[in-house]
Amino acid sequence: MSSTRMAAAAGFCLASVFAAGAASAQVKVGAVLSVTGPASFLGDPEKKTLELYVDEINAKGGVNGQKLQLVVYDDGADANAARTFATRLIEEDKVVAMIGGTTTGATLAMMPLFEEAQIPLISLAGAIQIIEPVRKWVFKTPHTDKMACEKIFGDLKQRNLTTVALISGTDAFGKSMRDQCVAVAPKTGITIAHEESYGPRDSDMTPQLTNIKGKAGVQAVINPGFGQGPAIVTRNYRQLGITLPLYQSHGVASKQFIDLAGPAADGVRLPAAALLVADKLPDSDPQKPVVTGYTKTYQQKTGQPVSGFGGHAYDGLMIFVDAAKRAGSFDKAKVRDEIEKTKNFIGTGGVVNMSPTDHFGLDLSAFRMLEIKGGDWTLVQ
Amino acid sequence: MPELLQFTFSGLTVGAVYALVALGFTLIYNASDVINFAQGEFVMLGGMTTVFLGLAGVPLPLAACLAIVLTVIVGLALHRFAIEPARGASAVVLIIITIGASIFLRGAAQVVFDKRFHSLPSWFGNDPIRFGGAAILPQSLVVLAGAVMIVLLLWVFIDRTLLGKAIVATAANRLAARLVGINTRRIVGLSFAISAAIGAVAGILIAPITLTSYDVGTLLALKGFAAAMLGGMGSALGAVVGGLLLGLLEAFAAGYLSSQYKDAVAFLVILAVLLAMPRGLFGRASVERV
Repeated sequence: MSSTRMAAAAGFCLASVFAAGAASAQVKVGAVLSVTGPASFLGDPEKKTLELYVDEINAKGGVNGQKLQLVVYDDGADANAARTFATRLIEEDKVVAMIGGTTTGATLAMMPLFEEAQIPLISLAGAIQIIEPVRKWVFKTPHTDKMACEKIFGDLKQRNLTTVALISGTDAFGKSMRDQCVAVAPKTGITIAHEESYGPRDSDMTPQLTNIKGKAGVQAVINPGFGQGPAIVTRNYRQLGITLPLYQSHGVASKQFIDLAGPAADGVRLPAAALLVADKLPDSDPQKPVVTGYTKTYQQKTGQPVSGFGGHAYDGLMIFVDAAKRAGSFDKAKVRDEIEKTKNFIGTGGVVNMSPTDHFGLDLSAFRMLEIKGGDWTLVQ
Repeated sequence: MPELLQFTFSGLTVGAVYALVALGFTLIYNASDVINFAQGEFVMLGGMTTVFLGLAGVPLPLAACLAIVLTVIVGLALHRFAIEPARGASAVVLIIITIGASIFLRGAAQVVFDKRFHSLPSWFGNDPIRFGGAAILPQSLVVLAGAVMIVLLLWVFIDRTLLGKAIVATAANRLAARLVGINTRRIVGLSFAISAAIGAVAGILIAPITLTSYDVGTLLALKGFAAAMLGGMGSALGAVVGGLLLGLLEAFAAGYLSSQYKDAVAFLVILAVLLAMPRGLFGRASVERV
């Protein structure tokens, strides 16, 4: 008799524990971001964006009746650290999905772990290697540098320019974009007549630009690069009085570039996401409500100007949340299938249409060609 | 011909930046045999503090002066709290302490300031001066003039004042210096203060050209150190000549050979020079502290 009573009591206790567990159950979403270190200007807005929107989603009642709990680790732009944190997310935190890493290196280091654990990963890094070849559990939101090259080449074609010179930074971003540009140039009928490079911390690029200036036949100059290098290239370009059209990459698509390059930036063209020119988009633009909404929220809550990088994090989180809603649960396999079925998702980066062969889903329309005029962006029609 | 001139202008611009940074190494090295690897952070502090005071509404000339004062305070603090407690240690240990201080200052700047790039306006505008088909920015001349000024002031200070002579005496033989009544502790502290001031001035002068950010000091210190080694560690004239030479080497290598290998070319030449003249171009052969 007493033993049945005890069993009943034990059963009751267990049941109440389970009930309590279910009531406060939170679904953990992982993020390994480069919040500090050399890529902090990417990781910092990404972290802020994720925190901001997870709070907002929870305030509205969460997803599928459950609250989200964001678990962020800072890899300091170190791929080894990222891998360690990835293991912790999988084994200790038992996350249902992962948003990150910030850098290509970190993403490539973490991908195999999530593939093996069968947890969806939405990367915020640029390189095309993340989604080519397609891996079952890996997705990404930011534009690729190949698209930037194609967009620039398309614009050149429209201006009847076919022969260009490249001056690229020797950092990872500059190198990768340079390689992509060189690879797609023949397909688009563009000839790269001359190539120069500079170190990411160089303070004067006039020798390289002098060589480009002296090269016969060059009709335009493209500068794949990142950080302060492109600003110095732009200044030196005007210093030498070169009048050829100058193209920068999406890597410098921020107000900071205009501030640093000053009046020299006038006339520079670059491909960039719609987020950057939110207030200049026509009202008919499908992205207008999303990008103005994000801009407003981010600026209000953080007091800082938006960057495309935070936008990528927004897109990643929302693609996951939408997929989980459609799946009706946080079952990893179901959520993965739904992420893959994402269609007509309007994010800050563009309109996303994923498929089993495309885990990225943006096309060239995601990039707008911008020209800097009088210290501000203008849309090139 | 315009190319040659343009490459020279570029080399002088970059070289003047290196020279200014290299100058900061000389004084501390002279007084204490320590190569202060936090020198790059003094440069960063000068530039970044000016930028942020400017953003806060302080007029730029005043902001620049305040930035120099602040950097001097940081330099004194570095000496008082990091170098002084380890005064019995060998020069190598002290050098490692300065590397630690450099990492600390960079991290602190990341938190106190921000992680973005900033620029200061050029003193005489951005219109390049055209000459013989080449163009040079007026700010490059300002940086060059700044380097020359600092060399002159250092020379007057070291060779013509009692305090300067005390620094030389401390470098030559610390015990003997103490015996003749020199407060060597204060002298080494003074050398940190002056080096910090030189670094801050450099940071303010070069910010319009190189731009500035919390981590700008790392590579500048490396290049400045290379320039100082090339010119002869401890010699102010050597620092300037070494800096200009390094800048010219890079510019000519980028212009005539390949922009990919310009750093390699520059460092190869430095290696060759140091093989032939281990103390650098203007290095002193004497004062060896035992």
